[in-house]
Amino acid sequence: MSDQTATSPKSPPRRGFLHTLEVDTRLLGMIGAFLLIAIVFNVLTEGRFLTPRNIFNLTIQTASVAIMATGMVFVIVTRHIDLSVGAILAACSALMAMTQVRFLPGMGLEIGHWAIPWIAIAIGIIAGGAIGAFNGWMVGYQGIPAFIVTLGGFLVWRNVGWYQTSGQTIGPLDDTFMTFGGINGTLGGPLSWALGVVAIIATIGLIFNTRRVKVAHEFPVKPFWAEVTMAGIAAAAIAGFIAILTNYSVPDRVVARDPSRYGCETAEGCTPVYGLPISVLLLLAIAVIMTIIARRTRFGRYIFATGGNPDAAELSGINTRMLTVKIFALMGVLCAISAVVASSRLANHSNDLGTLDELRVIAAAVIGGTALSGGIGTIYGAILGALIMQSLQSGMAMVGVDAPLQNIVVGAVLVFAVWIDIQYRKRMGTK
Amino acid sequence: MTTPLVEMKNVSIAFGGVQAVDNCSIELHAGEVVGLLGHNGAGKSTLIKMLSGAYKMDSGEIWINGKKVSINSPRDAREQNIETIYQTLALADNLDAASNLFLGRELTTGLGFVDDDRMEAETRKIMARLNPNFKKLKEPVSALSGGQRQSVAIARAVYFNAKILIMDEPTAALGVHETAMVAELIQELKKQGLGIFLISHDTREMMDLCDRVAVMKNGAMVGTERVEDVTEDDILSMIILGKNPREAA
Repeated sequence: MSDQTATSPKSPPRRGFLHTLEVDTRLLGMIGAFLLIAIVFNVLTEGRFLTPRNIFNLTIQTASVAIMATGMVFVIVTRHIDLSVGAILAACSALMAMTQVRFLPGMGLEIGHWAIPWIAIAIGIIAGGAIGAFNGWMVGYQGIPAFIVTLGGFLVWRNVGWYQTSGQTIGPLDDTFMTFGGINGTLGGPLSWALGVVAIIATIGLIFNTRRVKVAHEFPVKPFWAEVTMAGIAAAAIAGFIAILTNYSVPDRVVARDPSRYGCETAEGCTPVYGLPISVLLLLAIAVIMTIIARRTRFGRYIFATGGNPDAAELSGINTRMLTVKIFALMGVLCAISAVVASSRLANHSNDLGTLDELRVIAAAVIGGTALSGGIGTIYGAILGALIMQSLQSGMAMVGVDAPLQNIVVGAVLVFAVWIDIQYRKRMGTK
Repeated sequence: MTTPLVEMKNVSIAFGGVQAVDNCSIELHAGEVVGLLGHNGAGKSTLIKMLSGAYKMDSGEIWINGKKVSINSPRDAREQNIETIYQTLALADNLDAASNLFLGRELTTGLGFVDDDRMEAETRKIMARLNPNFKKLKEPVSALSGGQRQSVAIARAVYFNAKILIMDEPTAALGVHETAMVAELIQELKKQGLGIFLISHDTREMMDLCDRVAVMKNGAMVGTERVEDVTEDDILSMIILGKNPREAA
């Protein structure tokens, strides 16, 4: 901000380094906040916070909330809210757990049959989508405020889950199902690196293809060195992330239990690593898909247009009611996917699964720069928001902060983050 | 007599107990500018919103090029090449000019994704014609001046080859220079054979820009006159008294 005041209107158009790179200053701010939190906790825990093991755990703890937060961005951008996501997660989780542990085995499919997890997941996703669509229909077509619809849903769906399971904890879940939970499903070293290389090539390809199209249209482009710098930073970030995750070795006692699982004959000399968890891979895939929806599809364009000016959207011929149904249905599907990740991480379904997740999800989206006044928000911001929240929470737990103090801090940080955001927008001259 | 471009026949609409437009008829020919005048709440905007598809009329008929059509939504109106520039501009403030220009009619790539680059290129082309000073293509339209925002709204109508253009207080938010630009544009579009409905409070401006003016009061049509047949005072008395002095005479 200081370089803005330093540049007088008469001075030649000397553009700042960051401005030339065309990076989002808000994104930089969030990454800065995350790094600050990480470094402070690393010092307080004498180096235990920034270990491969803790970073691995952070990513798998973040996945469930972050997946839902991407959907919450669309909900909030269209000036709605969804207070029922934690409850929908619980209802879907209960249904999927009952399907794989009771219903399908009861119908003659043996426990461990290959089809069980996939049928359960399909049923969960359909249920989540249907619940979400129903919410959206009540908001869009019946005109009931989303706050009320989902406040009711908050009570309804968690207890629908409870009713299904008669309050019992359902488990153990299917082995394949549990690979979506994190520690029980990771790609290992070679596959993680292969994926990392593919991601790096794809990112660099995307950066230079975008440039090529711009040049073809004779639009201004940033200098070539800036593109190379951005590509380099992106490649280094991906490689660094994979390097950290592949540095977390499977403990010896776990290997000793079943060396064949890690491709070894004996536990002797067998040093497998965890690598990228499947739940995190799922989150990254969802992030890419949701970003493409937001930026490159009509659906996404209409979401942002409706959020910016609902009347204008309607006068432009956009069916804003149907749009609302689609947005809430998508939110429901994401709740079901999160239910897979959350329940399989714990290896069973319990009634309190996803309790308070609605608040974490909304907080993640809002800390990530989604404006409650509508029209503004990014998918990557929401994911970073979820990561910041989770880092604070686990960091404080590691340091040994009392539980009530943890919640006080998280609550204060939410309000503080929104205040910072308002100050930032004022300074940038946008609402 | 040629077939009118637009004929609205005996159109009525009520909101609750209020008869906002009561049995009004109006016609518009190609290459003609028809002004709608009247007090606030006289029913001008409501009448025109039934043509643009924002409201659905209770009774009456709309004929376009001698064919009866039914307009139930903004989309139906667009299919009849009716474009509207609203008083409130109807822009999504958080999106850039190109996204607003193409809102609801995005250009897409072969795979069905929105093609922002092509839309931006098209926006540059049309803006070079309408408002050469327009440079802020990448910024959300909330960062634009009233005149620049108005040119985005006008570009939307021009780009999609409107045959019938509805302008609801197009100069209300503009400065002197920008108002002159809009007046110039209206003359140009008229020459191209568009029919234009213009709504305004400014009687003087309407006398300059329009071929005919229609005056409404309390939802009813007071009368329609060619501007060269009446004085500004005649029009004012129609607005205020709700009676056509020429008929009384």
